[in-house]
Amino acid sequence: MQLKYNSVEELVAAASSSNKKISEIVLEQQAEDMETSKETVYSTMENSFEVMRQSVLNGMDETLRSSSGLSGGAAAKLKKAVDEGKNHYGHLLGNAISMALAVTEYNSCMGQIVAAPTAGSCGVIPSALISVLEEFDLPKHDIIMSLFTASAIGMVIAKCASIAGAEGGCQAEVGSASAMAAAALTEIFGGTPQMVSDSCAIALKNTMGLVCDPVAGLVEVPCIKRNAMGVANAFTASELACAGITSAIPADEVILAMKQVGDLMSTALKETSEGGLAATPTGCRLRKQIFGTDSASS
Amino acid sequence: MNVFDIIGPVMIGPSSSHTAGAARIGKTAALLLGAPVAKADILFHGSFAKTYKGHGTDKAIVGGILKLDPWDPGIRTSLETAKEQGISVTIRTGTIENAHPNTALVTLTSDQGSTISVQGASVGGGNIVINKVNDMEVYFTGQNTTLIVMHQDIPGIIAHVTNLVAVGNANICNFRLNRQEKRGLAIMTIEMDSDFDQSLVSQIQTIPHVYNTILLKL
Repeated sequence: MQLKYNSVEELVAAASSSNKKISEIVLEQQAEDMETSKETVYSTMENSFEVMRQSVLNGMDETLRSSSGLSGGAAAKLKKAVDEGKNHYGHLLGNAISMALAVTEYNSCMGQIVAAPTAGSCGVIPSALISVLEEFDLPKHDIIMSLFTASAIGMVIAKCASIAGAEGGCQAEVGSASAMAAAALTEIFGGTPQMVSDSCAIALKNTMGLVCDPVAGLVEVPCIKRNAMGVANAFTASELACAGITSAIPADEVILAMKQVGDLMSTALKETSEGGLAATPTGCRLRKQIFGTDSASS
Repeated sequence: MNVFDIIGPVMIGPSSSHTAGAARIGKTAALLLGAPVAKADILFHGSFAKTYKGHGTDKAIVGGILKLDPWDPGIRTSLETAKEQGISVTIRTGTIENAHPNTALVTLTSDQGSTISVQGASVGGGNIVINKVNDMEVYFTGQNTTLIVMHQDIPGIIAHVTNLVAVGNANICNFRLNRQEKRGLAIMTIEMDSDFDQSLVSQIQTIPHVYNTILLKL
């Protein structure tokens, strides 16, 4: 069966009918499409995963500061609390959130990251996967494979809706990233392809309507903390789906609804910095402080 | 679209459009110049003009001009590197008529005095569109393997070039020709489904009236 990535249902059907994981059929088909071997495609993904791991480590540096001065050092603060057992919601969640901050802060400081699916949402997938890898001592192979499931979900969203904040708001960026992460986690923990689909649907539903309103047009405020929310959302969605809780609205309909919401959203709320947090008195003051101008960025 | 368009690219932050895309525009301009760069004049338009400092767009585009890829940490120090290499860099902001909000116009001068101007837009996710070369309308994205042949507009050149593409067993998925004027400078952009043999690029380069041939894979 030739995958077209036009629907999540197609992925579920292809995996279920061949008794395989979604990641397995996606890897096979991608190798065919790229006219190369499965091993080559896998090792390219492995390289991306290693870049993700390095970005988590580098982002934990407490001295990191972005050139705007808006961000840096938050991941290190939370990590310290987690390491000292002083955070309140468990080691895994604290660790995951600090990793999400680390990757996105490193990004804002011109660090090397993997766009997943975008630079603005680059913290969600690495933090979700690396935190569970460490917590449960999982085989790295399972984690790398789960990235193919995450990518397949991302391709469907990109085709049927959007993964760009300028087109769909933050729901299309952090929302999509958390749906992709939820799908990956669900597969890692042995969920069926249908459960993968449900976790994707639940995560996207939870971020429906989220606007893209970056202060001064920079990928910092509120993007960095929204990535932390994104990984918590992915955990929530995957936890629900793995317990057999289904989504009342199927994933494909949620994706189309997300597109509709994005289309209905005012352009002031889609990466133009003309509305939302960017347009608050403090947001405007910060813009003036950084760029010496009151006008919107684009 | 494939999985690495979604989990990827590996890039230097903070923005795929304002950083990674800018690096690709710079690199494309340097490749099109086809000679060591002595002078770079960069004009930022729209959102690029307003936010380039906070996004490191200046460092990214100069990094690209130094032929660094969007994932190269050398982008962070590209302005210093350009200075060390004696490349004079001018960054200006202004308005380019009817241009995409994330547009840069890069004018490069080689150490031999030849120049090229390349106008590109960063259209999201690190993807770019090159709209103009030397004021001539063009259109290519570098998403597919792209052969760009700058040549004099005279009979037989297209046949000669596409013949060599056939020799390389590459399937053409898009072909475009733009020219300044009859018998003037022309640019062939040939997008292909698969990789292309570098030795054939050298052969194309030896065709009479071909000025410069580059194989673009961004």
